[in-house]
Amino acid sequence: MAKVVFKIGDDVSTDTIYPGRFMATVLPSETPQYAFADSPEFNRLIREKKIEPGSVIVAGQNFGCGSSREQAASCLKGPDLVVVARGFARIFLQNSINLGLRTVICPEIEASEGDDLEVGLDSVTNRTRGKTFAVSPLPKARQAIVDAGGLIPYTRKLLLENK
Amino acid sequence: MGMTVVQKILAGASGRRDVSVGDVVEPRVDIAMSHENAALVINQFNEVFKDTGRTPKVWDPSKIVIIFDHRVPAESAKTATNQKKIRDFVQKQGIPNFHDVRGDEGGICHQVLPENGYIRPGSVVVGTDSHTTSHGALGAFSFGIGATEMAAVWTLGRVLNVEVPGTIRVTVGGRFPDGVAPKDLILYLIGKLTAEGANFRVIEFHGDAIRKLPTSGRITICNMTVEAGATSGIVPADEETERYLREEAGLSGPFDRVAPDPDAVYAEEVAVDVGALAPQVACPHTVDHVKPVGEVAGTKVDQIVIGSCTNGRFDDLETAARILRGKKIAKGVRMLVFPASWRIYKRALKEGILETLVDSGAVIVNPGCGCCLGVHQGALGDGEVALSTTNRNFKGRMGNPNAEVYLCSPATAAASSVTGAITDPRKVG
Repeated sequence: MAKVVFKIGDDVSTDTIYPGRFMATVLPSETPQYAFADSPEFNRLIREKKIEPGSVIVAGQNFGCGSSREQAASCLKGPDLVVVARGFARIFLQNSINLGLRTVICPEIEASEGDDLEVGLDSVTNRTRGKTFAVSPLPKARQAIVDAGGLIPYTRKLLLENK
Repeated sequence: MGMTVVQKILAGASGRRDVSVGDVVEPRVDIAMSHENAALVINQFNEVFKDTGRTPKVWDPSKIVIIFDHRVPAESAKTATNQKKIRDFVQKQGIPNFHDVRGDEGGICHQVLPENGYIRPGSVVVGTDSHTTSHGALGAFSFGIGATEMAAVWTLGRVLNVEVPGTIRVTVGGRFPDGVAPKDLILYLIGKLTAEGANFRVIEFHGDAIRKLPTSGRITICNMTVEAGATSGIVPADEETERYLREEAGLSGPFDRVAPDPDAVYAEEVAVDVGALAPQVACPHTVDHVKPVGEVAGTKVDQIVIGSCTNGRFDDLETAARILRGKKIAKGVRMLVFPASWRIYKRALKEGILETLVDSGAVIVNPGCGCCLGVHQGALGDGEVALSTTNRNFKGRMGNPNAEVYLCSPATAAASSVTGAITDPRKVG
């Protein structure tokens, strides 16, 4: 069971997730401090490490639109958040998969902050509301990278096989 | 079955006779571009080689291009240190195509790439920047990727696991009326398609109005296709493409003009008559919140920005200068001008355009991304409003979540600078 710790709407841009003014900070170990920097309450929870690993951000359509900045994925991966959204923008989704940030495409999801979710492979169940929502499989090309544990081990394996 | 332009490019780059939408391919990469975020790419690249017993070595130094533009000159010690790390890496790996903070070679990556002849029609271009879509203007398949994905490209020379995208065919007919620019067309299209209307798809441009556009305007259009979520925009190469490549980019042919098959299958087809279009403005805080200029005319502005990878080319500056010649920017309004490259800066200097702009009250800033991404060179104050020719107006984009950004063409920006409020450029003599 995982708690919804943050709820946000459609078309959330990477400028909202990781504002451009912090882009000089690049290392995944350093980016979480600036996650959702313009949403001070949620940012404070992340900075003070008050988020349980596996906690959920629920979002609408087109989550992560805009820039290709990978900080937007690494800053959520750091605190081990899970993003359940009605849909994701292409580059953000790819970056998340590459870094191992868990992203769940759940086109009908309904949840509020504080709700308890069970996030499965095929469905998300909102225990608080007693409702289950179907999960769309990842684009198939992406699943192989997830299965390898991210793009770095996936690439390392190809490198060693000289492929 | 017939193929679209991008299907043909992906088939060729993957060693296949044909590909269908949804196929997974690993195309070889012709150009791999990064800017300051190469600092993160280097970190991830070294991770790939960790514990392998191999020395990190890029697959082909000649195909990597690194261009400093996002924070030039460095706005902080952190950026300066990252830039230093990148210079060391470039030296160590023997990467010949490096554009440092220099007046004789620098600029914004999406201008430096085409004007230096790095982009050829039919090629595969990836960049760690979402506006890498720009280079579809020269008939390449060009798209943005993240830093870790670029680390894989630097290692292997191909993009792993690309799903062949569907294509939206946009046909633009008619003639651009006076005061209406390529920027207005792409803003209108984004409004129509919505911010995710082209997600996981490519937009292929056709029609008389596109054929008659110089490469500069085509770059503006392809640059912003990502604001509708598109993987890329693409204009099939034609006479104008070859003129640009020969005359402006210094390349010699032959060039591979990749055209779609007559029976290519499109996910969606859209027709636009540009002759009926008014100047457009994208309102806060999403790029698809687009209105004809008349609906927002009179909105007071504090800062006007002309420039960026979207609208910092010579004809953009020339348009602004034509409107501002002999006029003054309204009191209380500041105008910042960011030419897209030093080559453009020098030409605008020689032709008196910068002087005209300065005389009217504009501040000319060094070529680079400037205030567009909100790091430096023109942040907004609380409650302020910017009108900008850049490509994004997300909340906080220009450095302050308590400010607003409207997006428009260079003509609308220049006309508005005179009045101090959003103004229809067709109404300014």
